[in-house]
Amino acid sequence: MDKVLMKGNEALCAAAIRGGCQFFFGYPITPQNEIPEYMSRELGRAGGTFLQAESEVAAINMVYGAAGAGARVMTSSSSPGIALKQEGISYICGAELPCVIVNISRGGPGLGGIQPSQADYFQATRGGGNGDYYLLVFAPANIQEAADLMIEAFDLADLYRMPVMILGDGMLGQMMEPVVFKERKPRDLPQKDWATTGTAGKRKPNIINSLRLDPAELENLNIRLQEKYAQLKANEVRYETHQTEDAELVFVAYGTSSRIVKNAVAVMRANGLKAGLIRPITLWPFPEQAFEELPDSLRALMSVELSHGQMIDDVKIAARGRWPVGFYGRSGGMIFTQQEIVEAGEKLLREVSHVSGV
Amino acid sequence: MSVVFEKTKGLTEKEFHYCPGCTHGIIHRLVAEVLEEMDLLGDAIGVAPVGCAVLAYDYFNCDMHEAAHGRAPAVATGVKRALPEKTVFAYQGDGDLASIGTAEIVHAAHRGENITVIFVNNAIYGMTGGQMAPTTMIGQRTTTSPFGRNAEQTGAPIRIAEMLATIEGASFIERTSVHNPVHIRKAKKAIRTAFECQQNRKGFSMVEVLSTCPTNWGMSPLASLGWVAENMIPYYPLGNFRNPDKEA
Repeated sequence: MDKVLMKGNEALCAAAIRGGCQFFFGYPITPQNEIPEYMSRELGRAGGTFLQAESEVAAINMVYGAAGAGARVMTSSSSPGIALKQEGISYICGAELPCVIVNISRGGPGLGGIQPSQADYFQATRGGGNGDYYLLVFAPANIQEAADLMIEAFDLADLYRMPVMILGDGMLGQMMEPVVFKERKPRDLPQKDWATTGTAGKRKPNIINSLRLDPAELENLNIRLQEKYAQLKANEVRYETHQTEDAELVFVAYGTSSRIVKNAVAVMRANGLKAGLIRPITLWPFPEQAFEELPDSLRALMSVELSHGQMIDDVKIAARGRWPVGFYGRSGGMIFTQQEIVEAGEKLLREVSHVSGV
Repeated sequence: MSVVFEKTKGLTEKEFHYCPGCTHGIIHRLVAEVLEEMDLLGDAIGVAPVGCAVLAYDYFNCDMHEAAHGRAPAVATGVKRALPEKTVFAYQGDGDLASIGTAEIVHAAHRGENITVIFVNNAIYGMTGGQMAPTTMIGQRTTTSPFGRNAEQTGAPIRIAEMLATIEGASFIERTSVHNPVHIRKAKKAIRTAFECQQNRKGFSMVEVLSTCPTNWGMSPLASLGWVAENMIPYYPLGNFRNPDKEA
């Protein structure tokens, strides 16, 4: 397939259709409106169904219904809309149904703003709704990666019977970049023999449900979910490391803002400071392995986020006290420059040197 | 010996958890009988609510989907869009449908979603212990209207069938009751017509069924049936509010 120039939101849609998306239920909210608009235009042509719901709440419950009936289904929204969907996402996890959820996030809290932000990290990686559950969360840094991950997302959702979230931001959704749509890798996927497709008088009724009034039964579900999450941690963790081999300072950044940090690494290296980058591609499971491969030369880590520090908690867990962990962030749609990152990194290294007396 | 009457195949062997004298059991049976008589059990996907009927998925002998509180019409929409040839129904109480789920029911009707909704109105929240519902009668004492429902503070009871009948996408809307055998037969006929409507792709159909809650009304089952006739029916008139065949 040829290289095409596409807006991030539209590339996600084109990739979703290539990934086997059959149904889309959504509700308008900026900055993700190109997604429902594209799907309303193209999903029908691809043999699927687009429906604009009356609310985000209804949309995610339509997803719950269609997923339970065995369909490949997705929804998209932006931060406050994703907050509204949390009830349904929790039910979908409780009922162990596959679906894909896109969050083209914006600044908060509340109605917030519409500029790029990474303030939904907690919401995406800590479950978000009630109960003891997680989503598989991908954070693409560019449009090509967004398309690649989306093409795989429906297969992974079906494989693990759980929601997959693509967490982007307004920058990823709105900018245009060249993208090549790759063929979906064939996978052995389990039959959906649990789906409510009608018994046809040939089997016992299937029940899609998250209610378990018997505590032992509910605990068993939770144990099964934890086993699934352990498999994800073993098999699905993805990350990129950039110039960490000899680094004294390693930044940790994800999504579009990691591209600014990557530029800052180049500037620091040109100035003679050995900087590097760990870029989580899966935010959950968090790539703790990446921190086991860091060199002895490392003196500090720095979490860099478009928020006031959410991923830093996971960075500290992964660091296990071995290195000091600094932070730099902007919020509300304000985006740091590479110079800000360079200065923050240099300042951290000076502080670390002072403390250790080097 | 010939069999004169037997339990419908539309219900499982699971014993109902409903309180003695509650008419949910009758309404379950009517829905199940209609599905069996129309040969739809192998084809049907039901959606259970949150409320007293939350365990309906254990009782109906067809594929079932348990929804979040009030969201059954949205879940049914997802199922129906995925499987347009199947028969999809939601079974909801008045807290579920007339309070927390008003947006979902209104817009399912508004889209003319080709599903059937059974709306059980017993003027109270049963499962949670007898709190006031939007359908609670004026003066009715509940655990959250201990001095009787006061219209000045909490409004007058909402008439869902009439409201939905104003929506173009609503194809069949009827209010029935199950407080005596005559009305039980009429309710069954309405439920059958609603499912026929769906089979004929006429769009959204809903049957409201006035029901009892002896436990939370603080009455005997018999007195409860009388209370439906004396207090609910005068405010919630029975009858058809929308019928595609009559309009044709």
